[in-house]
Amino acid sequence: MDYLDKLEAHSIYIFREAYREFKHLAMLWSIGKDSTVLLHLARKAFFGHVPFPLIHIDTSFKIPEMIEYRNKLARELKLKLIVGQNKEALKTKQTFPDGNVDRITCCKLLKTEALKNTLSGQFPRYRLDHELGVFVEDQDKEAYTGVIVGVRADEEGSRSKERYFSPRDKNSDWDIGDQPPELWNQFKTEFAPKTHVRIHPLLDWTELNIWEYIDRENIPVVSLYFDNGNGKRYRSLGCYPCTFPIDSTAKNVKEIIEELKSGKLKNIAERSGRAQDKDGGGTLEELRREGYM
Amino acid sequence: MKERMNIVVVGHVDHGKSTLIGRLLADTNSLPVGKLEQIKKTCELNAKPFEYAFLLDALVDEQTQGITIDTARIFFKTKKREYIIIDAPGHIEFLKNMISGAARAEAAILLIDAHEGIAENTKRHAYMLSLLGINQIIVAVNKMDLVDFSESRFNQIKNDYSKYLNEININPVEYVPISAFHGLNLIEHSNKMSWYKGKTILELIDSFEKEKEDEENDFRMFVQGVYKFTENGDNRRIIAGTINSGTINVGDEIIFLPSQKKSIVKSIEIFGKEAPLFAIAEQAIGLTLTTQIYVKPGDLICRIDQQLPYTTNRFIANIFWMGKNNLSIHKKYKLKIGTNKAGVSIEAIKSVMNASTLEKENYREEVHRNEVAQIIFRTDKPISFDLFSKIKSTGRFVIVDEYDIAGGGIIIEALEEKEELVTPDYSGFERELYELIKKYFPHWEIKPIY
Repeated sequence: MDYLDKLEAHSIYIFREAYREFKHLAMLWSIGKDSTVLLHLARKAFFGHVPFPLIHIDTSFKIPEMIEYRNKLARELKLKLIVGQNKEALKTKQTFPDGNVDRITCCKLLKTEALKNTLSGQFPRYRLDHELGVFVEDQDKEAYTGVIVGVRADEEGSRSKERYFSPRDKNSDWDIGDQPPELWNQFKTEFAPKTHVRIHPLLDWTELNIWEYIDRENIPVVSLYFDNGNGKRYRSLGCYPCTFPIDSTAKNVKEIIEELKSGKLKNIAERSGRAQDKDGGGTLEELRREGYM
Repeated sequence: MKERMNIVVVGHVDHGKSTLIGRLLADTNSLPVGKLEQIKKTCELNAKPFEYAFLLDALVDEQTQGITIDTARIFFKTKKREYIIIDAPGHIEFLKNMISGAARAEAAILLIDAHEGIAENTKRHAYMLSLLGINQIIVAVNKMDLVDFSESRFNQIKNDYSKYLNEININPVEYVPISAFHGLNLIEHSNKMSWYKGKTILELIDSFEKEKEDEENDFRMFVQGVYKFTENGDNRRIIAGTINSGTINVGDEIIFLPSQKKSIVKSIEIFGKEAPLFAIAEQAIGLTLTTQIYVKPGDLICRIDQQLPYTTNRFIANIFWMGKNNLSIHKKYKLKIGTNKAGVSIEAIKSVMNASTLEKENYREEVHRNEVAQIIFRTDKPISFDLFSKIKSTGRFVIVDEYDIAGGGIIIEALEEKEELVTPDYSGFERELYELIKKYFPHWEIKPIY
């Protein structure tokens, strides 16, 4: 087995542990390259099926191609897609693009708060009805106790310290100093009521591994990752007011791999196009302690 | 390059683990552009001397306190292969984090401060590595610049430490004198220590051998789940799992333990691939059977033509304890081995050992946090397992106390199955007498009463 085989097998093991241990399980889907690999691995783990819902937190500021891609894939694969949103913050325009709050507060409101309340069932959840072809409010209000997330340890400092199964308390707080031990594929699956566990099958994957796997498995990704003629492409996807494309002429997966391996991106941080990471030291850690992805 | 290896760096607090890794990253150009400069600038702004450790100790608390709180995964590449280096905390308070990090590793770098010498954790960590079954180890004697690059100081540490490592059956690949902060003997030989003729840290890392998949052993696979997804007309009933050891072929007769149900492999299922005729250790697969028998997650699948594992409710294991509460002979726990779970209690604590002095105590009733012990366990129902010396992944387990994984262990001996322990009905006088003898005559080494 080569190292992609091993990464794949380990991720599948984690998926199957999560599915057996958690009654109310969901997977977060941000539509980026990591989530797309995550979705592919879920289908591998369950032999072509995805036996839990995918949750997308829609800030309403996502790049439109992302939403198109999301809906198309959900319809094709008959996925259980659930969309959550902080409608209150959007209605009162408490957002960075509206000019009323800073970037970090905007992230907290539109992502962290929306996620926390969608997981717990406090905010309404909108489910894609495959027969009607539209989103309808989901009647299931039960909290999700296990949440599969596509974070990778190589993305940034606080992520490099994550566990495969990472408990969050009732306020979604992450106690980094006191994380549970993980030994030999034994993970924390027992926990106090009102808490939940984040499950990270991609922790050991690097950005390069992700693209190599996309290449090997022929996984379709959003076209925003490629240069469509103007010498720019996205390396990391997020909200359009805070995420910027990089200069690159990579037009396909092979060229991206080449760029990461030996080209000009070899030593440039992946999230360098994300503005919210730059507002002071420890900011992303602070966001993540409170439940940001 | 199609290979990856996990390496853990362990050692006492302040002996320079994060500095070593930070310096390796910097000197091999593995850092993002501007990262080093950015951290240097932050240090200047806060009037703090620059440390390579800041490259790794990413958490705010870690930087303000100057210690590693939790393990970090660091991605790193040489010409030979890709690595994940696991930076394990050295502080005794974070031993459970160190163990989590080490349990993922195939090889280790053990760091000793040449100036301070061998510390308590230098020994404890080595013992944990041996218990976890990691036997590729290099010992790096760091901060050689603080002892004038003295060969005799290096040899003294090497001799002392070798004695200890010998006792716990660790045979290091090499002892290397280094200065992590100054980058000496990390990727290039240093002329300040021309007396050292061995390999550099980087050369030694590349000379570690990759652990092979356990194909040669007998076939073992814990059932992880039994799936029947009926959507889109799927009729398959698939038994899913990841192969622990050995190989399996279509047509093999298999047995599920401990239930002893038998069947024959009809197909091996891997999504997106044409059904293969065989599968090997570490592959995540699914099996369909020729007969519809009822099996559950936690069952251990074996091949009938091969040697079967032990199935019993009693065994002896070496364990380490990381729990908030002490491990007690009066309490019930949950044991997890592979995907199997069972209630478990402790028949006897044979001995408790201080991993740093190797001193043993017998007949204790409790094992404290960070101690290692040899214990006779009794599970509520028979379970199937192998000895750790035969098959690693079916010979190790964890103990769950309330919500937490609080201990880990390896099975060294299987014992005969016994019925429920008969608890003698001790009188109040007997209990008081026992307490008095335990208190005033500890040298009698009286056996505990339950």
